[in-house]
Amino acid sequence: MPDTAQLIENDVLARNLEGPIDKVDPSEAALFEHNVHHEVFRRLRREDPVHFLPDSAFGPYWSITKFQDIVTVDSNHKVFSSQPSIVIGDPTDNFQPPMFIAMDQPKHDVQRRAAQPAVAPTQLSELEALIRERVCTILDSLPVGEEFNWVEKVSVELTTQMLATLFDFPFEDRHKLPFWSDVATTSDAVGVVGADMEWRMKHLTECLEYFSRLWVERANQPQKFDFISLLAHSEDTKHMIDEPMELLGNLMLLIVGGNDTTRNSISGGVYFLNKFPGEYEKLKANPELIPNMVSEIIRYQTPLAHMRRIALEDFELGGKTIKKGDKVVMWYASGNRDEEVIENADEFRIDRERARHHVSFGFGIHRCMGNRVAEMQLRILWEEILKRFDHLEVVSEPERVQSNFVTGYVNLPVVLHAKA
Amino acid sequence: MPTITYIDHDGTERPIEAKNGETVMETAIKNSVPGIDADCGGACACATCHVYVDEAFMDKVGQPEDMEQSMLDFAENVQANSRLSCQIQISDDLDGLRVTTPESQH
Repeated sequence: MPDTAQLIENDVLARNLEGPIDKVDPSEAALFEHNVHHEVFRRLRREDPVHFLPDSAFGPYWSITKFQDIVTVDSNHKVFSSQPSIVIGDPTDNFQPPMFIAMDQPKHDVQRRAAQPAVAPTQLSELEALIRERVCTILDSLPVGEEFNWVEKVSVELTTQMLATLFDFPFEDRHKLPFWSDVATTSDAVGVVGADMEWRMKHLTECLEYFSRLWVERANQPQKFDFISLLAHSEDTKHMIDEPMELLGNLMLLIVGGNDTTRNSISGGVYFLNKFPGEYEKLKANPELIPNMVSEIIRYQTPLAHMRRIALEDFELGGKTIKKGDKVVMWYASGNRDEEVIENADEFRIDRERARHHVSFGFGIHRCMGNRVAEMQLRILWEEILKRFDHLEVVSEPERVQSNFVTGYVNLPVVLHAKA
Repeated sequence: MPTITYIDHDGTERPIEAKNGETVMETAIKNSVPGIDADCGGACACATCHVYVDEAFMDKVGQPEDMEQSMLDFAENVQANSRLSCQIQISDDLDGLRVTTPESQH
């Protein structure tokens, strides 16, 4: 007998694949939870690439599904506003703290510029040895020959340690970071069914209190290169401590941005190499493919499925007129599978030409600023995995996150096989 | 055909015979010149084809437009002669142009 999840999946999927095109709604989180969203996006790219849905759980919205159209919208920040939010829905409790990813110029620019040095390439090269040491410690502590959850023991642990470093967060308390990240993304604004918004608010308030203490401490010390110290010392942002909601919003942005995304690419890479065993062989034969594979993992996973904008004026796109005030959702998850730009886009190919040409980081002024941190973590991790293990075997299908925003894994059961 | 010389962070020079009408970024990618990532493919939508233009060519190359300036604002180690190479179109006027790539693209 099929389980409930299967029934839901089939119903949602059938409606979106076989129902009338004008009713197609790719925002249903169940599609992502069951990893069938790609089929819906394939239909949209083919039949209605700039797609308007007049009625959905998130109100009327446009879906932008082709690579080039996404670049057009993403790089046109004067027409497509990021305010007040970059996810498809608005939370039912209206609790929407401002953060720079969800701001337009000029405020966006000054806040981003204040935070960015923490993740600039030259700063990162200082961190490489430390990250490698941590990756080694994590990998050396893993059980060989017995099943465990890769997400918990590796993906979450590694990204948490990295994030703690970027915030210079008390290391013993570091597990608060992924907890707050999950709290921040567990919202009805991204399709999570039954999200407890009161509980969410309570824990986000705790997060704010914790970081406010750190802020005061850092403000009274000489400037360093962690996010909090940079923000507390920059002329443009040093008064953020007096705007608690703005501080909280930016904390949520930096925590989620540095956590969920890389976490799920770390898990995704393991899963894809198991789905495409020929690629795993290629990798073992030629570890120099790692940097290219890292970009391919980030494309294939697309850890953030969408970003939303609001049109500030009428705009023609793909023969349709997006009206001033309309909500526009760029589906990165779709753009990254657009066959017109990416050859055999549904295949995971670690030696793909121009693998960096993907939309996972977004484009334009809101482009991911942590992209180099993400790439570095993945690169070091795979360098060290190949040195240690003959095979990293996925032993059953993963359990995935229910969200139309974070595309990720809750549980990825694996068994490690030692080198002969 | 104009010659464009790419100089990497370590000082290695790579003179390339370029085609008029193509951009400094495209020419680099086609000739596998290292140091330029060009993630967005030439849409002026990232800043990963950042170069420093030789002072002697600054007038001929011209100033960045709004969008390019917005993207340059978030690149690392930006100088007065910083440009995105996808926005510099090659013509006979630029024969002999020298551009230096930064240590890393962000």
